[in-house]
Amino acid sequence: MTTTPAPLIEVAGLRKSYAGRAVVDDVSFTVDEGEIFGILGPNGAGKTTTVECVEGLRTPDAGRIRVAGLDPVRDHAQVTGLLGAQLQESEIQPKLTVREALELYASFYPDPLDWRPLAGRLRLEEKLGTRFAKLSGGQKQRLFIALALVGNPRVVVLDELTTGLDPRARRDTWQLIEDVRDRGVTVLLVTHFMEEAQRLCDRIAVIDKGRVAALDTPSGLIRQAAGATVISFTPSAPLDDQELAALPGLASTAHKDGRVTLTGGDETVNAVLTLLARHHITAHQLRVSDATLDDAFLDLTGAGQS
Amino acid sequence: MSTATATSATTPSAPVNRAVLKAEFTLFRREAGSLIGILLFPVLLLVILGSIPSFRETDAGLGGIRLVDAYVPVTVLLGMIAGGIQSMPPIITGYRERGILRRMSTTPVRPAAVLGAQMGIHGVAVLVSVAVCLAVGRIAFDVALPRQIAGYLLALLLSVVVALALGALIASRARTTKISNAIGSVVFFPAMFCAGVWLPVQAMPDALAHIVELTPFGAAAQALNQAAAGDWPAWSHLVVLAVWAVALTGAAARWFRWE
Repeated sequence: MTTTPAPLIEVAGLRKSYAGRAVVDDVSFTVDEGEIFGILGPNGAGKTTTVECVEGLRTPDAGRIRVAGLDPVRDHAQVTGLLGAQLQESEIQPKLTVREALELYASFYPDPLDWRPLAGRLRLEEKLGTRFAKLSGGQKQRLFIALALVGNPRVVVLDELTTGLDPRARRDTWQLIEDVRDRGVTVLLVTHFMEEAQRLCDRIAVIDKGRVAALDTPSGLIRQAAGATVISFTPSAPLDDQELAALPGLASTAHKDGRVTLTGGDETVNAVLTLLARHHITAHQLRVSDATLDDAFLDLTGAGQS
Repeated sequence: MSTATATSATTPSAPVNRAVLKAEFTLFRREAGSLIGILLFPVLLLVILGSIPSFRETDAGLGGIRLVDAYVPVTVLLGMIAGGIQSMPPIITGYRERGILRRMSTTPVRPAAVLGAQMGIHGVAVLVSVAVCLAVGRIAFDVALPRQIAGYLLALLLSVVVALALGALIASRARTTKISNAIGSVVFFPAMFCAGVWLPVQAMPDALAHIVELTPFGAAAQALNQAAAGDWPAWSHLVVLAVWAVALTGAAARWFRWE
């Protein structure tokens, strides 16, 4: 076996507080070269602060960050040359046109991409002469994505990639990011959009209240979550709640309009079928489905409890 | 560490970036308010005042010169005030407020390049305004060009630095464009008064003139007047200007925030 290469992004024991309140509290993860790594979490979980430390925009209170072996704060000049960023709350000069912005940002980098095909991919070619202030929200967002990529970076950090995009533009953007990754670019993606995380990410860190609540592949996260399997049916006769509660691996039970919905694991499915057979109860419209990343997310972040 | 990788890029930390300068100049041309304030307003005021017959009569109270002669240095300073105090601070504050400086700080180009470009462009625009005022004064109203050219250029340069430093200080202290505009307006009127817009400094009562001469634009007005008349500007005025330039630049550098 050859030795595994050092991860391209390394975050270890990251802490950051504002006014005495810990926003990021001991976050650690690594991102390999060519990986799409997602950071998923509820609002205010510390996702943006985490990636802003990776970008060198904020200085960590404690912990170690390396991007291609460089410290984003101390080696800021070198890191900016290999990292493209799309920030959540930043603009460009309001009276700069799309073409001027692309040319300007391309000029900042030693080996930029040709911005014309990039603008084409992001369907900005009709808007090249339009000033930034006159663009729609979705057009601004697509321009920010273009500006993050135009420097031909090794790492691209995208904070809320597809916010404000219509479904078609969203899918185009996902395809673009996959193509970028296929060229070997490493992607660090902040999102609260499950479909996006599930479609794009090789691995996901779920961050909640400044801590990593889980770190796995999307399907791994779903498996980890309690109640990964959802069983629903309409029983031909009432079922005893106590017997249901005793089912192995059961996570939750709900009754509505005579329909029973159970969540649990694989073993719960067989157990419930056995139970029904024993009581000679028929299960009408029996449905067994996997939980979604959505369910896993709610379970992992405790957001589903309230 | 690894300076080799740093130098492979296009000298990223250079304070002047040509592409940024070009972009900011393009943007400056789109700022109608700035163009009018710096390049049009001063010369327009000169033309209006110079068109009043009484302004073209010799005035014993001004030491035997005409009011229009006294107003050329005033309009020269007016361009500086419009550029440094009114036009530049809201632009820079807006760049910070909108996260433009922040966005740029994730690139190999430092946001300082934007500030440098803005100060350079405004400095040049002010100098163009000065040249236009002097030329119009000479051609239209027969106002003599500055006779002590070296002294005039020195006073002019110090005044431009003071105006830009004052603007940078406003931009460093104002957190929003609105505040920046408000401070600009508050500073604008005293600055215009000291420059002699309502009453040229030479025509002010002695006690008032002595106080005004301690302000940046009062000292600038006096130094420019003396050089225009053919004398080397009094060192007291040049020292006042230099002290202001250093103090304002230092304060702006001390308090400036990138975000």
